[in-house]
Amino acid sequence: MNNGNGRRLNGETEEDDDDEGSEGDLDAWERTYADERSWESLQEDESGLLRPMDNKTLYHAQYRRRIRSLSSQATTSRIQKGLIRYLYIVVDLSRAAAEMDYRPSRMAVVAKHVEAFIREFFDQNPLSQLGLVTIKDGIAHCLTDLGGSPESHVKALMGKLECSGESSLQNALDLVHGYLNQVPSYGHREVLILYSALSTCDPGDILETIQKCKKSKMRCSVIGLSAEIFICKHLCQETGGSYSVAMDESHFKELILEHAPPPPAIAEFAIANLIKMGFPQRAAESSIAICSCHKEAKVGGGYTCPRCKARVCELPTECRICGLTLISSPHLARSYHHLFPIVPFDEVSSSVLSDPHNRLPRSCFGCQQSLPNPGNKPSLRVACPKCKQHFCLDCDIYIHESLHNCPGCESFRHLKSPIATEE
Amino acid sequence: MPSAPTKLYADDVSLLVVLLDTNPFFWSTSSLPFSKFLSHVLSFLNSILLLNQINQIVVIATGCNSCDYIYDSSLSTNPGIENGKLPALCSELLKKLEDFVTRDEQLNKQQSQSLPPTTTSSLLSGSLSMALCYIQRVFRSGPLHPHPRILCVQGSSDGPEQYVAIMNSIFSAQRSMVPIDSCYIGSNNSAFLQQASYITGGVYQKPQQLDGLFQYLSTVFATDLHSRTFLQLPKSVGVDFRASCFCHKKTIDMGFICSVCLSIFCKHHKKCSTCGSVFGQAQSDVASASNLKRKTPET
Repeated sequence: MNNGNGRRLNGETEEDDDDEGSEGDLDAWERTYADERSWESLQEDESGLLRPMDNKTLYHAQYRRRIRSLSSQATTSRIQKGLIRYLYIVVDLSRAAAEMDYRPSRMAVVAKHVEAFIREFFDQNPLSQLGLVTIKDGIAHCLTDLGGSPESHVKALMGKLECSGESSLQNALDLVHGYLNQVPSYGHREVLILYSALSTCDPGDILETIQKCKKSKMRCSVIGLSAEIFICKHLCQETGGSYSVAMDESHFKELILEHAPPPPAIAEFAIANLIKMGFPQRAAESSIAICSCHKEAKVGGGYTCPRCKARVCELPTECRICGLTLISSPHLARSYHHLFPIVPFDEVSSSVLSDPHNRLPRSCFGCQQSLPNPGNKPSLRVACPKCKQHFCLDCDIYIHESLHNCPGCESFRHLKSPIATEE
Repeated sequence: MPSAPTKLYADDVSLLVVLLDTNPFFWSTSSLPFSKFLSHVLSFLNSILLLNQINQIVVIATGCNSCDYIYDSSLSTNPGIENGKLPALCSELLKKLEDFVTRDEQLNKQQSQSLPPTTTSSLLSGSLSMALCYIQRVFRSGPLHPHPRILCVQGSSDGPEQYVAIMNSIFSAQRSMVPIDSCYIGSNNSAFLQQASYITGGVYQKPQQLDGLFQYLSTVFATDLHSRTFLQLPKSVGVDFRASCFCHKKTIDMGFICSVCLSIFCKHHKKCSTCGSVFGQAQSDVASASNLKRKTPET
């Protein structure tokens, strides 16, 4: 399968037609058919009538494949994830970023999705830090230092959206390498390069730079916006990152958001360590104090560093005075679901469904939606392997993507107790 | 879903998911008898339905060994109001509740044969997860839907083994902007529910006078989300966000976090007891000191 894994709904059932390449010289009326392939979204039902295809089951099948591959990865390489990440996003603002093949321009599309990515990143990795670097006129600039506040990054990026000149991969890598070398050894060093150009204009030997990055255990990933480039692929292979090329805007969004959850960690990349952290208490609503981050007097709602008693406005952060990392317990809890993932649900086999002796639950355990008995069609229900409760497909997706709890396992004590003792 | 025409959905139509604590361990020690409590809650539920004709109520029982849906106003034998069938709510709900409590008790008996009863907490994580699944279904039903919120009427104490699951539910509720209100009728404050309400923007209230429970419920929790912006609802008095260490279960101000699995320890260990990674020396002090040195010339 190519990069666009299942982007065309029926890619797996039918070989791509060979007139694909000649799409450019089709007439407009032909193109609507060639692009949409409307005949493929029809299917025949039992009585031979044409019906619109059930997109929901297809979508669900795709999702299940993804979750299965994720869980198989997790079991083979033990569940260790780089939860404390230091990520630099390199945005290519060379001349190529002004191209209009993405609407309105590559640059605008990149900026829009980087903003969404930054928010998602901090939602999923509350203990991590992120910085922004831009490439312009063959020189790499640091837009923001590593930091934990999404707003400041987004603001800085939106203020600097203009492009010119060549792109330089080596300059960007050198700059980021310099910064990432200073981060503590327990952190996972990552670079995500959003590359618009098709060339790189470097002052020296880029292969040396790549080796340098490899040595300091930086995981470099690239998302290209135009075409595959050898040097980017080489960089990703050497440093253990992932390389992908976006086909259109929605694909780009998908690719960039794949970098939001913590990647499986390679044990020797980061040294396990105990990090000293403080859990500050929220001050009373009416108290007045000068905060150390903005240096302004503020009424209420601050946090007090337990070591030096300085006031900070928001968590997580690093105390400006004594350098202690300050967090609250929900920040830690936000990451726990990466460590204790729930098992994928099993599809209920048709033999169980057709067995008349088996009394099946008539509704989804989670949302109470009635579960139809579908006859010979693929089943519309899944079951948790632990608690054996049945769920509808929508709940299945919600449970695995957002909730990270199985309602069935959570609502029966006798199932919970053995798990609780294991942990 | 209610059959009302969708254009009727205004700002003030609510879907209220009520999580009722039916834990016998708590109710046998409570000063307020369960029957009295039920009459308060039933009047409250009726008043929600009276506030707006298309308001919707779902009741989930949080038991000691299981959780289940016991009432859904969209499924009940509507339209009952003009037939004078309003008490249908009570009889239907009470019957299901009774079934549920008997089943829960049986589960408890099975359980106690194999294991001695260790915890007396309710399965709040289960009922929260179910409520969120139900709310997602309402979100899926179309662009126009009632505004959902969750109300936990909880009495029993927190079960520490549910911590991760409850936090997961809280974050999921926060992401889909569903406030979790909590009315805690136990003796001490519940740290879980305080955090849940604080993070999701709900109201946490611990009634002082349990005899006036209906008044608390109707004045604090009956208002829809849109009207809340105009009201002075009880503010949180301060939520304790300090963590407790995994080794002694002490609440700590400062501690050590394993960089691999984020376990919390109150003092420096050589090896992580949760994930087994071996630690080098505490570098964080050194690192932060060097950070400081780097930062000082800049400022």
